[in-house]
Amino acid sequence: MIGVPAVVLLAYVFIRGSTGLRHYILTRIGLTLPMVFILATLVFFIMRVLPGDPVRSALGPKGSPEMIQQIREQLGLNDPMIVQYGRFIGNMVTLDFGNSLIGGHRPIVDEMSERFPATLELVIPSSILALLVGIWGGTFAASRRKRTADYLWRIYSVVIYSLPIFWLGLVMQLLFGVQLKWLPISGRIDPIIGISIEHITNLYAVDALLTGNWPALVSVMQHLVLPTITLGLVLSGVFVRMTRINVIETLQADYIAAARARGIRERMLVYGHALKNAMIPVITLIGLQVAILLAGAVLTETVFSWPGMGRYLVERISARDYTAVQSVITVFALLVALISLAVDVIYSLVDPRVRY
Amino acid sequence: MPADFLYSVRNLTVEYKTRAGVVRAVDNVSLDIRRGEILGLVGESGCGKSTLGKALMRLHTGPASIAGGELWFDGRDLMKLSDREMPDVRGAEIGMVFQDPMTSLNPVQRILDHLTETIQTHEPEISEAAARARSEELVERLGIRRERLNEYPHQMSGGMRQRVMISLALALRAKLVIADEPTTSLDVIVEAKFLDLLKELQKEFGLTILLITHNIGVVAEVADRVAVMYAAKMAEVGDVKDVFADPKHPYTQGLLKSVPNIRLDEGELYKMEGAPPNLLHPPAGCRFHPRCPFVMEVCRTMEPAFAPVVGDHFASCLLYQEAGMKQESLHG
Repeated sequence: MIGVPAVVLLAYVFIRGSTGLRHYILTRIGLTLPMVFILATLVFFIMRVLPGDPVRSALGPKGSPEMIQQIREQLGLNDPMIVQYGRFIGNMVTLDFGNSLIGGHRPIVDEMSERFPATLELVIPSSILALLVGIWGGTFAASRRKRTADYLWRIYSVVIYSLPIFWLGLVMQLLFGVQLKWLPISGRIDPIIGISIEHITNLYAVDALLTGNWPALVSVMQHLVLPTITLGLVLSGVFVRMTRINVIETLQADYIAAARARGIRERMLVYGHALKNAMIPVITLIGLQVAILLAGAVLTETVFSWPGMGRYLVERISARDYTAVQSVITVFALLVALISLAVDVIYSLVDPRVRY
Repeated sequence: MPADFLYSVRNLTVEYKTRAGVVRAVDNVSLDIRRGEILGLVGESGCGKSTLGKALMRLHTGPASIAGGELWFDGRDLMKLSDREMPDVRGAEIGMVFQDPMTSLNPVQRILDHLTETIQTHEPEISEAAARARSEELVERLGIRRERLNEYPHQMSGGMRQRVMISLALALRAKLVIADEPTTSLDVIVEAKFLDLLKELQKEFGLTILLITHNIGVVAEVADRVAVMYAAKMAEVGDVKDVFADPKHPYTQGLLKSVPNIRLDEGELYKMEGAPPNLLHPPAGCRFHPRCPFVMEVCRTMEPAFAPVVGDHFASCLLYQEAGMKQESLHG
């Protein structure tokens, strides 16, 4: 789960932190639950308002009306809307997301647990890349304000931010996959090598490392490069801008002038004093970007045929698999809420003035 | 350079590049700071006193730059040091205390880390523990309990923070401390305590202090000598007693007259006519002539030299110079 570090952090802070902080975390969780509930309700009804029907789209033109009716009856789709809704909410409270409406009608939890690690494996390195490029680039640009490097970083951030992810992904595939033939353009692993992988965590890189399966590790890494760069770079643009403007502002603060008057070197002023203060507003932004990160993952996974949550969501939307879509959206919402909360808590750890 | 001067500024000019043109915030100023003295530098806002203070450490960035002059500190010209060498002087040999202690400390850094960072920047061989011990000793001498070193700036009061700023300036036994309006943001009682502290430190450490302020009362209280700036130029320099008893420059005279005196009831307070000139287009001749009650014809065209009037009492006023005296005698 991408939420594991967030949960661990929150648990730690909850136990070690002040009463005020504990109160704050509880309040935030208390506020999150109704939000997720409202969102799940919205998705539930929107899916049913959409034209199309899961059974009809699964059976295709071969399905006779009797067959369709029979399956609909089995799946409970002929029940009154309010009954279906009650069932959905009831299931959700027990964290059982129900069964898929198509294919083998497998439990959604099983289907998600196969795809979630794939998304994690894409999203984690992409976020790290975005943060590294964004924070370093923004700080460097700020320290070279109004010089060439600054202008180049500013152009980079605007251009990369305005590129559509799918377009950048296609260009990457075309250039590095098709033209230069350096890197694979789809999937998580070479299908033949993939047979040899042991599914422990389903994070292929971790599994390959744990079992010492080096060919698999190499293949996983190769497959990761293009989607990670695509998603990571697009996200980095906004971090470059935010970091740059905050570092510039901080560099004009009195305490920077005072530190300079104590002989602290320019490098230390920028990367030590200014950056740490400038990170405070940037951290808030990172929390807000989680939603954009997941949206970006949907596009990236689709372009690179990456078998993760995003592609699963797209597939199941077109198949009108109501339960699957509801479940994925609910999980995404929980994730965004959880990580924003974790980020806010980190904020209080960085800034000693913040007291909850 | 004579040995009893710790710092000798010669013909210093500092320029700001603005959209409207180049402004000389410090124009051809010379000033000597004696070892072990407290020199008060006074003047109105915008007269260039803070700019001068910063220039002594070559702290200007952005639109400001030193356009010329020599900065003789302790036997060497700081203007000849490279940008890489300059930080070794800052903090170690010259310390600075800024106007606003509320914003001059890094909000996410503990007080202790301010001190140890400063010490270790200049003396990298010193261990963390030794730097800590030195910091504790130092702040206790300034009346801050050592436990408070673990606090963040926002947990301290203004007066306490200003003591921290002083301890930072003293952390490496700086010979000169430049204090730029150090008491402006403090209340009167804390200000008085702080000024006492400055005097104690001067005696105890043999410290030399340049006290930049717009408050003549502060200068009268603690300074040994006083330098008066007007419109980017040095107007008058001398012993506090001499200058206050017998101010030479008409600007200083006006300045002293406009200080409210609680003991004398003179009715309305004296108010100097006019306003300081726009430094983009300073007046020709003496800069003070448009406001001077004793203005002579020659003042409009001829710039006075900054020259001794009596002994060590300097003033840049033609009343005491040959050209002016001639003219005055003409008029009888």
